[in-house]
Amino acid sequence: MTYIFYITIVLLSLGMIFSIIRFIKGPTAGDRTLALDTMTTLMVAGLVLLSAVFNRFIYVDVALIYGVLGFIGVIVIARYLEGAL
Amino acid sequence: MSIYEIIGGILILIGAVFLFLGGLGIYRMPDVYNRLQAGTKATTLGAMSLILGVGVVKMEDSWTWIVKMAIIIIFIAFSNPISSHALARAMYHRKRYPYIKGDAKDMDAYREVAGKDDPSDTSPDEGENI
Repeated sequence: MTYIFYITIVLLSLGMIFSIIRFIKGPTAGDRTLALDTMTTLMVAGLVLLSAVFNRFIYVDVALIYGVLGFIGVIVIARYLEGAL
Repeated sequence: MSIYEIIGGILILIGAVFLFLGGLGIYRMPDVYNRLQAGTKATTLGAMSLILGVGVVKMEDSWTWIVKMAIIIIFIAFSNPISSHALARAMYHRKRYPYIKGDAKDMDAYREVAGKDDPSDTSPDEGENI
């Protein structure tokens, strides 16, 4: 089970690195917002995995609140880019 | 290893591979619409599979884990397509043209559909894509 956790952490870190590269060099604001959305989902999955690794149940609540706040932020930024806010 | 750990480990590995492919698609795809496809669909399946796998692994300890994981899965299944739709709608209203390889005839056809051409709102994006 420990090796599965190691492989998963490495794959999540690689996906996070690619998202950060797109967040830095993304040509438009939509690309950066999309990279932020992807990083939020990756971070939610990583927090749930860490709650299983460290056997702490409180990390699941942290992941849920993190997902809610990231979702609201992406919606607000998208409405602002559309010009409706 | 119990049967919970085997099934949960397989689900966790599937989710990790799909999350990695989502991040790679974010980096690799040429256009904001293609990036929306790669970064939202693959990430949704990956996160749902990984969280369900963690719930199955922890299910032999107590049943409270799988309930909380189901709450997070339902929230992701609602929130990820909504944010993707809002972003695609915003990019469409800002007149971002999709990436078309080759001739510009199809691009003109898309401009007739999308409305008027405003070059001041567009920025150059990797070659011929504007």
